[in-house]
Amino acid sequence: MTATLNLLVAVCLGYVAFLFLVAFAAERAALRGQGGWLRSPLVYTLSLSIYCTAWTFYGAVGYAARSGLEFLTIYLGPTLVMIGWWWGLRKLVRIGRTQRVTSVADLISSRYGKSTLLAVFVTLIAVIGTTPYIALQLQSVTASFASIAQADPNAAPLEDTRQIALSVAVGLALFTILFGTRNLDANERHHGVVMAIAVEAVVKLFALMAVGVFVVWGIGGGPAQTLARIDASQMGQWQVDGMRWGGLTFLSAAAFLTLPRMFQVLVVENEDEQHLRTASWAFPLYLLLISLFVVPIAVVGLEIMPAGSNPDQFVLTVPLAQGQDTLAMLSFLGGFSSATSMVIVAAIALATMVSNHIVMPIWLNLTGGGAVMSGDVRNVVITARRLSIAGVLALGYVYYQMSGGGAALAAIGLVSFAGVAQFLPALLGGILWRGATRAGALAGLSTGFVLWVWCMLLPSFGADVVIPGTVLAEGPWGMGWLRPQALFGIAGLDPTVHAVLWSMLFNTGGFVIASLLTFPSPLERLQGAQFVNVFQHSARPQNWAGGTAQSEDLIVMAQRILGPAQAQALFQDEAQRQGLAGYLPEPTPDFLARLERELSGSVGAATAHAMVGQIMGAATVSVEDLLAVADETAQMMEYSSQLETKSEELARTARQLRAANEKLTQISVQKDAFLSQISHELRTPMTSIRAFSEILRDGGGLGSQAQSKYAGIIHDEAIRLTRLLDDLLDLSVLENGQVNLNIRTGILSAVIDHAVAATGAGHGLLKLHRRRADEEVTLETDLDRLAQVFINLIANAQKYCDAAEPELTIAVQARDGRLLVDFIDNGPGIPRQVQSVVFEKFSRVSDQKAGGAGLGLAICREIMARLDGTIAYLPGQSGAAFRVTLPLSQRMAAQ
Amino acid sequence: MGKHVLVIEDEPNIIEAISFILSRDGWRVDSHSNGHDAVEVVLAKAPDLVILDVMLPGRSGYEILTDLRARPETARLPVLMLTARGQSKDRELAERLGASRFMTKPFSNADVLEALRELVPA
Repeated sequence: MTATLNLLVAVCLGYVAFLFLVAFAAERAALRGQGGWLRSPLVYTLSLSIYCTAWTFYGAVGYAARSGLEFLTIYLGPTLVMIGWWWGLRKLVRIGRTQRVTSVADLISSRYGKSTLLAVFVTLIAVIGTTPYIALQLQSVTASFASIAQADPNAAPLEDTRQIALSVAVGLALFTILFGTRNLDANERHHGVVMAIAVEAVVKLFALMAVGVFVVWGIGGGPAQTLARIDASQMGQWQVDGMRWGGLTFLSAAAFLTLPRMFQVLVVENEDEQHLRTASWAFPLYLLLISLFVVPIAVVGLEIMPAGSNPDQFVLTVPLAQGQDTLAMLSFLGGFSSATSMVIVAAIALATMVSNHIVMPIWLNLTGGGAVMSGDVRNVVITARRLSIAGVLALGYVYYQMSGGGAALAAIGLVSFAGVAQFLPALLGGILWRGATRAGALAGLSTGFVLWVWCMLLPSFGADVVIPGTVLAEGPWGMGWLRPQALFGIAGLDPTVHAVLWSMLFNTGGFVIASLLTFPSPLERLQGAQFVNVFQHSARPQNWAGGTAQSEDLIVMAQRILGPAQAQALFQDEAQRQGLAGYLPEPTPDFLARLERELSGSVGAATAHAMVGQIMGAATVSVEDLLAVADETAQMMEYSSQLETKSEELARTARQLRAANEKLTQISVQKDAFLSQISHELRTPMTSIRAFSEILRDGGGLGSQAQSKYAGIIHDEAIRLTRLLDDLLDLSVLENGQVNLNIRTGILSAVIDHAVAATGAGHGLLKLHRRRADEEVTLETDLDRLAQVFINLIANAQKYCDAAEPELTIAVQARDGRLLVDFIDNGPGIPRQVQSVVFEKFSRVSDQKAGGAGLGLAICREIMARLDGTIAYLPGQSGAAFRVTLPLSQRMAAQ
Repeated sequence: MGKHVLVIEDEPNIIEAISFILSRDGWRVDSHSNGHDAVEVVLAKAPDLVILDVMLPGRSGYEILTDLRARPETARLPVLMLTARGQSKDRELAERLGASRFMTKPFSNADVLEALRELVPA
């Protein structure tokens, strides 16, 4: 049976349909949560085999046929990384998981302070570097089609291989779109795709080994004879170029880490760090198996195939030549698997980068959309992904067209390797060296990229395609030191080694120097610490190390809850404590606990813990959502604090009203009491007057002595009434401030003399003690009102001092610019408990009726207040003692 | 011998006036001028009637009345209350406390005599 092109297409479609089913089943299982087997270390290891692309499948044999064992360098690099740098890989995977990194561009950008510029730059380099690789896959699939089709003598000669390449590109784009963008996973994981490529890994390994077994035992006559053939071939005579071996091993090791598709399966799709443990031996084993028969196939192929056959197709053409159509078909499927799995994963990885770092930022800028994850945005993201996938494959197709499909597969592969290897310094530096800065990453990447383009990419198209042959040979504008393949005049190096050497040297140099010369921003520092110390950070008991730039998120959140000033003070203080003054503090457990305490004061402990946890842990709620909650909380708090202020104001007003009301009530009570008092004071004399006047009116044998006595009582009581009314009016005038003062200048002694005369104290029982010399003080006041006060005080002494020999001492002294006049008698004094009320209206000190209405001292107090003086009771004297204080006039003070 | 009346009042002139009027009408008049020991004086002198002022030094007439009404020997003793505070609430209070009669100052002599005759029929 001869394989026809139609059969080939049918087989391809059937195979793709099978993969589709596998992927679909895996997705369903993952959705139902039954994907335990999806997350086995074996699947992870097999998915890593996308490292082995069509280049490996077909190209390795071609490589071996052309350059002997050198093809091994391509496997040596990844093997060394997997075995020897297990620790570093684990770190990379841990960072990827804790920081929820979605691509190599995301990792580098995130490490250097979420730099958009870096993300865009890395994405562009990745696209440019991967495009030749995708072209390589298209080329190898197309070539394999052609090989099988040409083996059919009945078939019409293949008119246009480009038609095939286009169909393959479109088909792969569709498959990738179908499975790579079915849903949006926050972690960019694709269970279905991973399962499909694991199946393809088995297919390609099986196919290549089947061909190998056929070659060794079916053609070569067993291992011993095959080894003899190998010895006899040119293979044994290839000189090992140490520099090239070293360079290529380094290059493949670097590419293993930095290729976007490798990063995708190695880091992004990784389900469990422990899978690395298995992969570290299983993947090298896979590489060993897949390379086991490369040399025998190459040697046998060179022997039995006609001269000029493309050794890149030996895997396919040798079985065909031997009439092993089924084996050839298997081999074709192996190659097809290699190509499709690579293209699918590469396209997904690149599409993630392009849509996340280029399309979405532009779209968000154009639409002015905030960080709102609505369904609308999801649609935009998915559309961007799909267009990016189509774009990536279109670019690969265009490159394939441009390069003419003629260049050796291995050469194209190396161009890609060297391109993405430019990420290495920024990547490794980022996870190993805290001093690495964004400026350093940019400097290294840009110089490396320029040198790679100049020394490797452009010359790879061949002379006169992009750059003229003269430039290649003599340098631009005749500047020989800029010759693409002999920079600085160092000629004679292998072009690949030359390009890798210079680009990596300048890349690393630029990275280190610029990093040393520049200072990292706080966010870079923070991220740097997170990346470099990822094991310490993520090993915390509460597992708080998730999310990017937590400290920044924390301070933004804290500001919204605590208010900017308090939050900043807290963070500054913590940074000071951590010895990071001027930077954001690192989110240590202590700090997180402290922050939680602070926040819980505002939002409660549970909410505070949840908020900090959401930022620090693997968040299912976005930071934007949290901030929205925080905003609302802050608004509510502000509103409630406004309410609180208002209710405080109301309470204060109520208090004031209550106080005013109490005062009014008190005044009302006082008024009632006052009226009651007045009534009593008026009615009492009137009672006597009425009673005696009735007695006198009725006559009835009243003696003349009694008559005159009763008339006397009526007279006295009438005078008492008049005096009471006078006092009341006087007090009322004084209290209302309506009194007209008659300010005159006089001598104190004269005022006292007047008072003594008015009370008749000089002639009565009361003995007066005065020092006239002290009394020769000039006053400028209302002398009559002052005399009224003195009269009151002297009269009180007359009334209340019940000593056997009553005495009143009037002492005068000047002190602190004031004049003090004391009236001290030798009576019993005023009991302590009533001293404070003697100046109140109607207060009486003794039980004995002394004729007064209790207004005298009240009037005295009012008078002294009008005269800018005071009157007070002087406790602690021998008897009742009152002190009158007056201001000394300026004139008096001058005396 | 006429009925015995005790006047508890702090204004000497009023005591003199009441004493004169009642003596002339045939009453035997005693007086006391402060509130502290008024209840003891009432008990000691056991009058047929008491004229009690409200505003007294020491204790108010209301307190004295309350004490008198609380004692069995004086619970039914006729008490005429006199007050210079002529508000209706004073009258109500006096009646509630058990005053036999309540009069405001100044009073008519005839009214006092009439009230006394009613309270203590000869």
